Amino acid sequence: MSEEANIHPDKHQRFRGDHPIVVEGLRTQFGEHVVHEDLSLTVNRGEILGVVGGSGTGKSVLMRAIIGLQHVAAGDVEVFGKSIANAEPDQQLGVRNRWGVLFQGGALFSTLTVGENVEVPLRQFYPDIGEELLHEISRYKVMLSGLPEDAVAKFPSELSGGMKKRAGLARALALDPELLFLDEPTAGLDPIGAAAFDRLTKELKETLGLTVFLITHDLDTLYEICDRVAVLADKRVIAVGTIPELLETDHPWIDEYFNGPRGRAAQASQQRAKALDNPTKGKA
Amino acid sequence: MDGGAHFSVEEVEGSGAQLRLCGPYLVSTIGAIDQDLDAIAGPFTTIDLSQVTEIDTVGAWIASRLARNHGAEITGASARAERLIRAVQKSVSQEEVLPIHEPIWQRVPLFMGDKVEKAWHGIVGVVGFLGQVLIGFGTLLRHPRRIRWTALVRQFELVGVAALPIIGLMSFLIGIVIAQQGAVQLEQFGAETLTVNLVGRITLRELGVLMTAIMVAGRSGSAFAAQIGTMKLTEEVDAMRTIGISPIEALVIPRIIACTFMMILLSFFSSVAAIVGGAVVGDLLLGIPFWNFLDRIQDVVPLHDLYVGLVKAPVFGLIVGLAGCYHGMQVRGNSEEVGLRTTMAVVSAIFAVIVLDAFFAVFFTEIGWG
Repeated sequence: MSEEANIHPDKHQRFRGDHPIVVEGLRTQFGEHVVHEDLSLTVNRGEILGVVGGSGTGKSVLMRAIIGLQHVAAGDVEVFGKSIANAEPDQQLGVRNRWGVLFQGGALFSTLTVGENVEVPLRQFYPDIGEELLHEISRYKVMLSGLPEDAVAKFPSELSGGMKKRAGLARALALDPELLFLDEPTAGLDPIGAAAFDRLTKELKETLGLTVFLITHDLDTLYEICDRVAVLADKRVIAVGTIPELLETDHPWIDEYFNGPRGRAAQASQQRAKALDNPTKGKA
Repeated sequence: MDGGAHFSVEEVEGSGAQLRLCGPYLVSTIGAIDQDLDAIAGPFTTIDLSQVTEIDTVGAWIASRLARNHGAEITGASARAERLIRAVQKSVSQEEVLPIHEPIWQRVPLFMGDKVEKAWHGIVGVVGFLGQVLIGFGTLLRHPRRIRWTALVRQFELVGVAALPIIGLMSFLIGIVIAQQGAVQLEQFGAETLTVNLVGRITLRELGVLMTAIMVAGRSGSAFAAQIGTMKLTEEVDAMRTIGISPIEALVIPRIIACTFMMILLSFFSSVAAIVGGAVVGDLLLGIPFWNFLDRIQDVVPLHDLYVGLVKAPVFGLIVGLAGCYHGMQVRGNSEEVGLRTTMAVVSAIFAVIVLDAFFAVFFTEIGWG
């Protein structure tokens, strides 16, 4: 938010550059098997970037490389202007408290309640926050993620798949991150749950001023909430842009992806929704 | 300005006191100031946020909580602050959810009752499980083609062959200790030659089979519980059921058979290794030549000592295998349960083995196999 004065020490400052994530010439490999070769990708601040690609094209590996969980064989990954490439997973980088990650299965700590799960990152990074405030924070975070209040005291095994995702999101949001990584957030959700999660993602992005890196297979998600879409194929990002821009490139995979039966269905449903929404809702 | 979050309370003409928050109100800065904010006595009527440089949901939460507690009004909020405050206020309900806390005179009987009920369920569960296993055996006997030979042989290898080095070494050392310590005591009566009797009888009757059972419980019983428990968590066991494979037949019976049969061989092997250990001590310390020691074993150890060991071994093996598989199948919920059940499998198996060993000791003496 640019109206705020620029006088405070670095550690309390939100990222003001244009590109919170910059990947340059990335190569990752497992033994002999090269997953990415010369991959470059830039994420703009404040956007929801959808990342798509066929199974096995390394979408999750790319995310793991960006958050420093994956060994980078060549190239550089910068997050908030700091190089992440090949930092030790346990090294203090000063950026880990500025992003939140929602893993595919939620990755909630199964022995802790949802509320305690949300408190874990807070306790880890800010041990000076009092116990009472900690509970309050975890409670409103859980509710912010669209869970009912009594979910705070529940264990992950007592939650449904969709609720686990929301609980995982609450933990990802625990530290008020500027950057949110979502790995297939709507996979395994029913269409209603998936649509609700999409809306939630967009709402949170707007309220909290997040930048979202979203891996998905869900065409509806792409049409509904993504500002730009990056397409992974042939070991690199072959195109980035809005969906109309992508359709103009005539890469066969992109064409098949968006113009296949499911792609057309998603497109049609989005147009219908727009037609219904337009009288009441302006551009968000 | 010191770069951290701070606040001041000042009088504003006409409208009472004003609380002014200054600096960054973020999750990273709030810990230092939360207590002080709570301690403000008030009263104030407005909270001024115009000096707040950075704010996130935690800051918004603090501001809205102060406003709520003191009935104050928030002014001077930036667009972002307003948005955040709206978002966190939306997610606040009126009632506090407090955990239910029973008084101690209720908690103690509740806890006791819970334990008793669990113990009862445990007994019923084990008996039921044994029944299931026996039914499984019955089906397999009637349909021998359904026996999973590969799984069975694999378990034979894991439970039996792979345990040979550790059990051999352990028993050899135990044989040495018994012979050496026994000789020290027996020397006082000038009866150190009886060391042969001591080593031979105690290892074949008791120690060989008991130590092996404990070792197998630690090695294989725990592995059974952990493997089957993990398979329960990942729904592999459910997947088996839907395909029409009985988990009892596929997972439990091969392990129990392997445990039962391998215990016989392992405990005999263990006794032999212990006797060899004793013979080494005899040779080096007591002046009984190695081969003479082994010859004497045949004279002084009655054959029924060997039978006692061989009868107990499969029973102990059955108990260890049963405990491991039963606890593995009881896993549900989360990964912590796997660890818990693994521990329970080992502890209950060893406990049951020792209790049963006492009964066996009395029984065999009564039938004249003393």
